[in-house]
Amino acid sequence: MSGISDVLVIGAGVSGACVARRLSAYELDVVLVDREPDVSFGTSKANSGIVHGGFHHSGAKLKARLEIQGNLMFDRLKRELDFPFERCGIVVAALHDEEMRAIEQLHRQGLENGAVGIEMCSRERILELEPALGPEVVGGLHAPGGGIVEPYRFVFAVVESALKNGVALRTGFKAVRAERVGEIWRVHAEDGRAIDARWVVNAAGLYADEVSALFGAEDFAIKPRKGEYYLLDRAARAKPRKVVFPVPSANSKGMLVIPTVEGTVLVGPTADDVGDKGDFGTTRERLERILASARSLVPAVSEADVIASFAGLRPVSGDDFYIDLSARAPNLVQVAGIQSPGLTASPAIGEYVKDLLKKGGLRLVEKASYDPFLEPKPRVRETDAFGIDRLVAEDPAYGNIVCRCERVSEAEIVAAIRAGHDTLDGIKYFTRAQMGRCQGGFCTYRIVKIIMRETGKDWDEVTKRGGASRLVEGEL
Amino acid sequence: MTTLKPDAVVVGGGAAGMAAALELEKAGCSCVIVEREEGLGGILMQCAHAGFGLVEFDEELTGPEFAERFAEKVLASKVTVLDGATALELRDEGERKVLDCCSAKRGVVRIEARAVVLAMGCRERNRGNVRIPGSRPAGVYTAGLAQRLVNIEGVVPGRRVVVIGSGDIGLIMARRMSWIGAKVEAVVEILPYPSGLTRNIVQCLEDFGIPLYLGHQTTRIFGKDRVEGVEIAPLENGALDLSRARTIPCDTVLLSVGLVPENELSRGAGVELNPATGGPKVDSTLMTNVPGVFACGNVLHVHDLVDWVAEEARRAGAHAAAWLRGERPGPELRVKAGANVRYVAPVKVDLSRKNRVYFRSLAVLHGATLEARIDRRVVRKIRKGHVQPSEMQSIELGPEDFADLAEAGSDAVLEIALV
Ligand SMILES: Cc1cc2nc3c(=O)[nH]c(=O)nc-3n(C[C@H](O)[C@H](O)[C@H](O)COP(=O)(O)OP(=O)(O)OC[C@H]3O[C@@H](n4cnc5c(N)ncnc54)[C@H](O)[C@@H]3O)c2cc1C
Ligand SMILES: Cc1cc2nc3c(=O)[nH]c(=O)nc-3n(C[C@H](O)[C@H](O)[C@H](O)COP(=O)(O)OP(=O)(O)OC[C@H]3O[C@@H](n4cnc5c(N)ncnc54)[C@H](O)[C@@H]3O)c2cc1C
Repeated sequence: MSGISDVLVIGAGVSGACVARRLSAYELDVVLVDREPDVSFGTSKANSGIVHGGFHHSGAKLKARLEIQGNLMFDRLKRELDFPFERCGIVVAALHDEEMRAIEQLHRQGLENGAVGIEMCSRERILELEPALGPEVVGGLHAPGGGIVEPYRFVFAVVESALKNGVALRTGFKAVRAERVGEIWRVHAEDGRAIDARWVVNAAGLYADEVSALFGAEDFAIKPRKGEYYLLDRAARAKPRKVVFPVPSANSKGMLVIPTVEGTVLVGPTADDVGDKGDFGTTRERLERILASARSLVPAVSEADVIASFAGLRPVSGDDFYIDLSARAPNLVQVAGIQSPGLTASPAIGEYVKDLLKKGGLRLVEKASYDPFLEPKPRVRETDAFGIDRLVAEDPAYGNIVCRCERVSEAEIVAAIRAGHDTLDGIKYFTRAQMGRCQGGFCTYRIVKIIMRETGKDWDEVTKRGGASRLVEGEL
Repeated sequence: MTTLKPDAVVVGGGAAGMAAALELEKAGCSCVIVEREEGLGGILMQCAHAGFGLVEFDEELTGPEFAERFAEKVLASKVTVLDGATALELRDEGERKVLDCCSAKRGVVRIEARAVVLAMGCRERNRGNVRIPGSRPAGVYTAGLAQRLVNIEGVVPGRRVVVIGSGDIGLIMARRMSWIGAKVEAVVEILPYPSGLTRNIVQCLEDFGIPLYLGHQTTRIFGKDRVEGVEIAPLENGALDLSRARTIPCDTVLLSVGLVPENELSRGAGVELNPATGGPKVDSTLMTNVPGVFACGNVLHVHDLVDWVAEEARRAGAHAAAWLRGERPGPELRVKAGANVRYVAPVKVDLSRKNRVYFRSLAVLHGATLEARIDRRVVRKIRKGHVQPSEMQSIELGPEDFADLAEAGSDAVLEIALV
């Protein structure tokens, strides 16, 4: 590859994406790479999607400061980037008097951190705020500044904005070797490609420890901590208005009931340390535990409404984020251990890393052409009959509803593919097609055919999420 | 936006929708069928196997052949077919029902009709619905999707297959996959008896030497990119015996774990559903709680034979036409499921005429007797012999059965029981 980039960001999860977009506001040559066939296929796709309320962690921690700061940045980002986000508020429900003590501590912590509008609630107040809670609740905490976001759609939008402002994206680029060539880093991918850059940002999520080792930088370990979930149908009776938390435990915030921005309900996650970074399996016992725990908060949660289960892995390294200039390797910034509240903090992580780079000597010159806004995209699901009629007049493909459960048109799927999301999972996260109650039972073959038409691929070349995740063996 | 104003609109152009529309037209009503796919036929179009129409045509046809016989009549009739058009929303505005549909060819079409026949069919339950844990690799399909892939798209979903659930589509797909050269390792059923028709167990599994594991739960699907296998364990006294769990290597999992009537549109219009069927609660004229809105076929309750779908749909069409003429049902009697009966449809009978009531048993019973009782009095007794949940049953009841009703009082209930 010719040319030397200013900054290479390894990892296109929410952290790397926010860093790349922040840097795209300057006169810099930035490359964003990810080993997966699409962006946001790591931890950033499978999490609770909560913009946290700023009371769960002590302000002594970097993660708490970035959480508060990141939270406040979401309204503006939504205006700029048009992704699903709603400040629906968070309640923590105490189920007996002893739990109220923990609530008091969270409340104080929230006040100290500067969480906006945080309040203690009596039983009456909390039931008024959240009628879906069960009768056992004795009181709790309310953080009106908390919210919900569609995590992958957020990442897609951030990346799209970065690309619009000149960032280059390389997917399927798995960094496996780094060498120092004079003043620059030459980073090699498994498939033989290489990128030269003056600065490197390691935002490799679960693999940040391995990537650090490639550069001879700090020695630390990322330990995956699994969180399993159930997803409930949008017609589920158990739909709270706010995110419902239990009182937290030592290593997690507990299992929650989350009304997603798109109208479904998520229950979970569990928190278990696992040995394998590739272990995304769900287990019967844990899933049963989720339902039991969720029901103690919101009694209407029912297995009859389950449409899917999945798991995500938190990249855990100690008890805080590790974001700093490497002390051992030149021109490397570590963005590691980004466990919860990494999604909430991500816009602030972008800011923080930009400052670190500046401190390290990177020259930042504002770019006159920087445009933070993205054109909003038409979605049939959110359009009334007259609007749909106008869309169809422009492009008939808006009239062809491919995914019946989430009402996604052919035009939206084509747009996803043209934006580079050409695996079934990529299209799912981008458009929501296959995400509804039939989970792709009706539309999978239709989407495959659109991918084939748009990309020229054959049946056996279309995958669920790259690699060997082929859908069919080929023609009869 | 175009607006159409027929007497009636039929949502869904499968067997049910076509049969209902033909009946409406025969009665002189103008009628539009809205169908999402290009062309009529519905689920029949992917059923390449024979076994349709033994009652209706006294012949054994394939799905598409059966559909063709109806589609020809529809196309030759005055019924307007709006295909490639998805019904988005149904609104009940009293006298007038408004259905918005959208299609690539015509944009949004608004249909204002006085009567609606719901015939949207059903969808397959998926992995999440039956909560099978494990990883999420490629290669997990519902049996109907696999059927579509093989029969219409002409592609091979995989080479080593495990079928979870012994529903008819799964059984038929076990045979279909064997025919295309795949190895079907097993069919795994959680119940102690198969949930498909007996003829399908014989013709699709036994004839191909495919093992059927009854009373086994699938405890895990595993594989990273593509399915690598499933783990199953037997149920012992209703509990999982994990000590006897075993792994079956495979690259494909087909799920045949039940069907659910597709009623989002109905719900949006205020149609009340019956939790036992997932379909609307209908009266003796197959009319839902929303006056002027009727339902038939798989959207009402899941049928195993298309012949009964056609029978039921003709009645729905005829009743809708009668409704449009201003006829209303006579005095009705509520019907409910008694011992060993899962559901009854419809949930009301008309005292003044013959009524057909469909029902399913809750268990496999030998030497069963069907009893129709009004309050505690048996009004009809029929020897059934063997019954099983997978085979839908029906009973016809007429004025003679209700003769002594005066004694029973006005809040009497007709109960259908298997004893
Ligand atoms: C169960 C669970 C629930 C959570 N809930 C919340 C929540 O509600 N709110 C919240 O704020 N946070 C939450 N989090 C935390 C949040 O999801 C993470 O902090 C965040 O997604 C981390 O993003 P990241 O970009 O750092 O990592 P990732 O998203 O994992 O991105 C790292 C990327 O690097 C790529 N990569 C790795 N190695 C290489 C390589 N060698 N070469 C190239 N690319 C490479 C990976 O493919 C990946 O895409 C939750 C996390 C989990 C697991
Ligand atoms: C795989 C399979 C195998 C079978 N095998 C046999 C057999 O061997 N013998 C036998 O006798 N019977 C068999 N049956 C049963 C029988 O064929 C079906 O029950 C019958 O065809 C169902 O007819 P239907 O019209 O109710 O539903 P469908 O055929 O499903 O028709 C519903 C139609 O409504 C349309 N629709 C739904 N929603 C909308 C909307 N919003 N807007 C527009 N259109 C919409 C759909 O596209 C579909 O075409 C089988 C069924 C299946 C599923």
